Amino acid sequence: MLSIKNLHASIEGTPILRGINLEVKAGEVHAIMGPNGSGKSTLASVLAGREEYEVTEGEVIFKGIDLLELSPEVRAREGVFLAFQYPVEIPGVSSTNFLRTAVNQVREYRGLDPLDAVKFLTLMKEKMKLVEIDQKLLSRSLNEGFSGGEKKRNEIFQMAMLDPTLSILDETDSGLDIDALRIVSNGVNQLKSDKNATIVVTHYQRLLDYIVPDFVHVLYNGRIVKSGTKELAMELEEKGYDWIKEEVDSKATV
Amino acid sequence: MSTLIKHEILGEMLNSTGKGFEQARAEGKEAFESQGFPTNKSEEYKFTAISKKLEQSIQNFGAAESFEVTAEDVKNNLFEGFTGDVLVFTNGHFQSSLSSEIAGIEVALLSEKSDTPVGSIAKPAKDPFCALNQAVFTDGIFISVPKKAVVEKPILLLNFNKAVNGQVIQPRVWIEAGDFAEVTFINHTVNLSDVTYFSNKVVEVKGGVNSQIRFYKLQNEGKNVIEANNTETDIHKDGRFTSVTISLSGELVRNNLSLNIIGSNSEGNMYGLYLLNSKSHVDNHTNVDHTVPHAESNELYKGILADQSRGVFNGKIFVRQDAQKTNAFQQNNNILLSEDAVVNTKPQLEIWADDVKCSHGCTTGQMDEEALFYLQARGIAKDQAKGLLLYAFAGEVLEHIRDESFREYCTNLVQDRLGSKF
Ligand SMILES: Nc1ncnc2c1ncn2[C@@H]1O[C@H](COP(=O)(O)OP(=O)(O)OP(=O)(O)O)[C@@H](O)[C@H]1O
Ligand SMILES: [Mg+2]
Repeated sequence: MLSIKNLHASIEGTPILRGINLEVKAGEVHAIMGPNGSGKSTLASVLAGREEYEVTEGEVIFKGIDLLELSPEVRAREGVFLAFQYPVEIPGVSSTNFLRTAVNQVREYRGLDPLDAVKFLTLMKEKMKLVEIDQKLLSRSLNEGFSGGEKKRNEIFQMAMLDPTLSILDETDSGLDIDALRIVSNGVNQLKSDKNATIVVTHYQRLLDYIVPDFVHVLYNGRIVKSGTKELAMELEEKGYDWIKEEVDSKATV
Repeated sequence: MSTLIKHEILGEMLNSTGKGFEQARAEGKEAFESQGFPTNKSEEYKFTAISKKLEQSIQNFGAAESFEVTAEDVKNNLFEGFTGDVLVFTNGHFQSSLSSEIAGIEVALLSEKSDTPVGSIAKPAKDPFCALNQAVFTDGIFISVPKKAVVEKPILLLNFNKAVNGQVIQPRVWIEAGDFAEVTFINHTVNLSDVTYFSNKVVEVKGGVNSQIRFYKLQNEGKNVIEANNTETDIHKDGRFTSVTISLSGELVRNNLSLNIIGSNSEGNMYGLYLLNSKSHVDNHTNVDHTVPHAESNELYKGILADQSRGVFNGKIFVRQDAQKTNAFQQNNNILLSEDAVVNTKPQLEIWADDVKCSHGCTTGQMDEEALFYLQARGIAKDQAKGLLLYAFAGEVLEHIRDESFREYCTNLVQDRLGSKF
């Protein structure tokens, strides 16, 4: 479904991603871990199409198409979804109007009829249950004044509404208490199928007890330096990143 | 502007002066002559070269005469769903046969109300165009809302302007509201001119104790309008005055809006939106003068500027020594959509009282790229996402318009311009 080959990206001339390789197949869950500043959010943003990042080398093929050629909105319509690490507050834009616009533009692209107000509301109600999000929250401006946890839930709610094929969750677990974490993970798990795939970016092994990954990758200095299974996450939780940094740095000096 | 031309212009205008108000006109003329047309050295007009523009664009400074419009024209220019009363003007001249009889409200030509103290609220010494209007205004309208009258539906001042050879339209409006009166005015102008013309309007509003007055103004007359506008009100005890000014076009527009808070426990609100493109130039100078304690003023002006348009905002707040416990808030926010668009914004606060709450802030920036990306990442096309964000920005001003039909009308104009229809 997703094939990243030797991806290099920089911002304002500074290289951040230095040769990422990653293969994701339908039905899989990949976890990406790594110390602060290693490039995890950068990778997520590049996949979603943020223009500030310049791709200097490499390719990303998604469902057989060159993803890097597409505008952010077309990527979204093709099925890429990014749950933001820091969802943006947008005063004055009503959550409901925003979502309806988004859902219908995505549907139109996918050759589906637009949802009228009633059908949209029905769909919204159904998906709201999934992440136990309050109707009141959605009558407000988009993310405005939402708590950290509410913002994260809203991300997963939007994901449910947009029905993506590839979901990239950037630290959706950070700052959630255990109840919220359960709710969010439960939502993600219910949306999982053998036709879609999930990349979860996280600092904490804790999340992976709920969203169980098929693969765990460690990103360090703009590269995936180690890959393994969920046991790798346990090891990282126990030992931290220093041993990996040492491994990488010693190799580099040889 | 050279003095020769100045005198020529004034002479031309004086030739076509309307009737009555000799004393007031003489005072206006004197005040104008001592100020003259503003030059680029005039502090109050340094960003708005209106005199130069007049000199370049107006061939004939005589007064524009009234012309005929039909009931059909009036009907065609009402906002959808508008149910209020309408007062019709052509080139500033009142058309009583096309206007509504408004139950319980006195409407008369100013010339029929010769004891009206014109110039007592909008004082001619404050601004040259205010003075000029007082010297030469052709006629005007007198509107009086009696004590305790609650006028549920808004009163639309519908102006049709059609200048021949670029003439001058100098209307004057006197509004008074009795104690406890409530009334809403909407000022809307339809431009039928195909040449550049100059409109110099003065509106004086005398509030009553505990009166509630709303004054909405839409400026969307197109590219060939040079406009000076002085609107001033006295706000009395427990009274509230709310102004909303929506400016969508104009070659050069200068709005002076002044609120004199002269009764305590009162409230003055000023909201404005300027949405400009091509070479439009809109200058909003506002002034709120707190002279008594326990009053509040709120001000929010927002601008979106594209192409080579120019916006000017100057917000003066005076809090006199006696005006303790004043709350005064002012905000001016601007989004520039092009590198050639310019905004000059200047808050000007003078606070002499010590126990007050005042805040002001101004921002000028580009579109929020992060917000834009967020919307795009959800599948919304870039142009539409931009429109959504800009509309959200503008909406904060539009929401202060209470009358639904007028709000919808403005909203549609704004959304059309921003391409943000859902
Ligand atoms: N706009 C920017 N300008 C310059 N440097 C940037 C910019 N954005 C990110 N960076 C740098 O890129 C590097 C990678 O940042 P990124 O946000 O991808 O890290 P991360 O792995 O997501 O970290 P965290 O775990 O803290 O979320 C960091 O060193 C960061 O400082
Ligand atoms: Mg990050």
